[in-house]
Amino acid sequence: MKRLKTILFLLAAAPVLAFASGASVHLDKAPVNLADQDSLQRGARVFVNYCLNCHSAASMRYSRMQDLGLTEDQIKENLLFAAEKLGETMKVGMTKADGKLWFGATPPDLSVIARSRGADWLYTYLRGFYRDDSRATGWNNTVFDKVGMPHVMWTLQGEMVPVHKKDGEHEVIERLELVKPGSVTLAEYDAIVGDLVNYLVWMGEPAQLQRKQLGIIVLAFLAFFFVVAYYLKKEFWKDIH
Amino acid sequence: MSALQKVMGWVDDRFPLTATYKAHLSEYYAPKNFNFWYFFGSLALLVLVLQIVTGIFLTMNYKPDAELAFASVEYIMRDVDWGWLIRYMHSTGASMFFVVVYLHMFRGLMYGSYRKPRELIWIFGVLIYLALMAEAFLGYLLPWGQMSFWGAQVIVNLFSAVPFIGEDLSIWIRGDYVISDATLNRFFAFHVIALPLVLLGLVVVHLVALHEVGSNNPDGVEIKKHKDPVTHIPLDGIPFHPYYTVKDIVGVIVFLMVFSAILFFGPEMGGYFLEAANFVPADPLKTPEHIAPLWYFTPFYAILRAVPPMFGSQFPGVVAMGASIIVMFFLPWLDRSKVKSIRYRGPIYKTMLALFIVSFVGLGYLGLLPSTPVATLIAQIFSVIYFLFFLLMPWYTSIDKTKPEPERVTG
Repeated sequence: MKRLKTILFLLAAAPVLAFASGASVHLDKAPVNLADQDSLQRGARVFVNYCLNCHSAASMRYSRMQDLGLTEDQIKENLLFAAEKLGETMKVGMTKADGKLWFGATPPDLSVIARSRGADWLYTYLRGFYRDDSRATGWNNTVFDKVGMPHVMWTLQGEMVPVHKKDGEHEVIERLELVKPGSVTLAEYDAIVGDLVNYLVWMGEPAQLQRKQLGIIVLAFLAFFFVVAYYLKKEFWKDIH
Repeated sequence: MSALQKVMGWVDDRFPLTATYKAHLSEYYAPKNFNFWYFFGSLALLVLVLQIVTGIFLTMNYKPDAELAFASVEYIMRDVDWGWLIRYMHSTGASMFFVVVYLHMFRGLMYGSYRKPRELIWIFGVLIYLALMAEAFLGYLLPWGQMSFWGAQVIVNLFSAVPFIGEDLSIWIRGDYVISDATLNRFFAFHVIALPLVLLGLVVVHLVALHEVGSNNPDGVEIKKHKDPVTHIPLDGIPFHPYYTVKDIVGVIVFLMVFSAILFFGPEMGGYFLEAANFVPADPLKTPEHIAPLWYFTPFYAILRAVPPMFGSQFPGVVAMGASIIVMFFLPWLDRSKVKSIRYRGPIYKTMLALFIVSFVGLGYLGLLPSTPVATLIAQIFSVIYFLFFLLMPWYTSIDKTKPEPERVTG
């Protein structure tokens, strides 16, 4: 029996051992905090200014940004560049065909990008652009090799170049180094990307804050209901032995 | 005579309302010793109702059109009042349906609920399980994400492995050479009408058969053997209503707490209930690196992958996968034990059941992962154990040292 248990344990553990070594790019933890409305508002501005020229967010209405504590007028004045009306969704003028022609692939819609890629991936990706003259755009990315997207925020971050190290046979990128400073420091750039990713996470599911609030109420109600139902059951069952 | 009694009398003269109520609730005598495992039948019924009701509301805004489907789901999530809640109830409900059904089936295995005279209840149950798998598979195409598309592509392609007619068969199922708008439309029709009707019908016959012979219990002894000489009510039986209705309410609340915790605080359930890749719209030109079916299918998917192709055909794997479900139908006749419940079974059955559960869960885990030689080897071992649990059952249940069953149920 003891041997059987050992075999069972090994069988159960083997897949974990076998797959734990799966290689992947290290992702930095994104500073997501949906309670931080200022961060979400700053992120919304970065999104509208930098992303919403090529990428659409066709499921997202401008008016929904009122949930971030913005008034209709604030949205109209500061964020409504690509649309006429507040109730419109975030579309772009660029056609799919043009996008494919210019970047090699149509820039994906970003409505739920945080749900498919994850916040950490986006945070690392947007900070992972480096100079690569072999690429048509002049840029490459540590997370997404040979990406079609150029470094849109390079005027902010400046130019990064890779520092390589030997990893057995292969040369791998150890880290990126700033060679030409942008308009902000690297720490400030990280904060800007952090705000943007925070916004993208919120935009992936604008109802999520409401969802969690409602969840607490529902669970509290069920907990109360449980006590009532438990004693009701006890009362009915007291004669059953 | 009160007005209500008059109305009831009028109805009862024309329709067996009171008689039905008595036969199935107030005078349906269930064993008094049901334990934790006996909640999952009524919970499965609850989830079925939940899926049907939320499904009705989803169809009001969902668009079964390859161009519009993905966006219509996001429209429900954002612009439809309480749409996010209804959609998450439906997506969480799909997975939780399988959770309760798997626990319900495990209960049957533990206490021998499939044994004579309950063979038909078990068979109807396996049919429900099959219909449920079909329903879940069809429904998963509807959000029209990458996993919807490629998951359906992989599964429908299995049919093309059938010799001679395979290619034509898979085209007939899809209505096209690839998964397309035509496929989406027919899957929608099957998902919202055909399969729910089948499921409801099967649930009715499952319950009718159950109430005909009466419920099993954790001791696996028949309560109908010992009846009150005057009333003919089983001595260990209690009326389902009110005893089990009030008890099930407690179970329902606990279940809803788990359900709500998932729904409100982690509806993706770490990618197991809603896969990250399914938030990318379906793209027929871009195959995802790793196509994983949803967790409730992965044990069978792992069996499929564990069987190597023979003569350049995947068909043996498909046959093994089909056999792994079909074999369940024969369970009532494979079990030769003198006792029903695990409480009185011998060590061999207990060991085999434990191995079976480890294999089933292990296969489920392996089915989520990309295929590697090590994983395939382990999946092959688990698959063999899975089948041996059934195929060797006539032998090991008849030589197993059982304990004597009690005459009456034991608390």
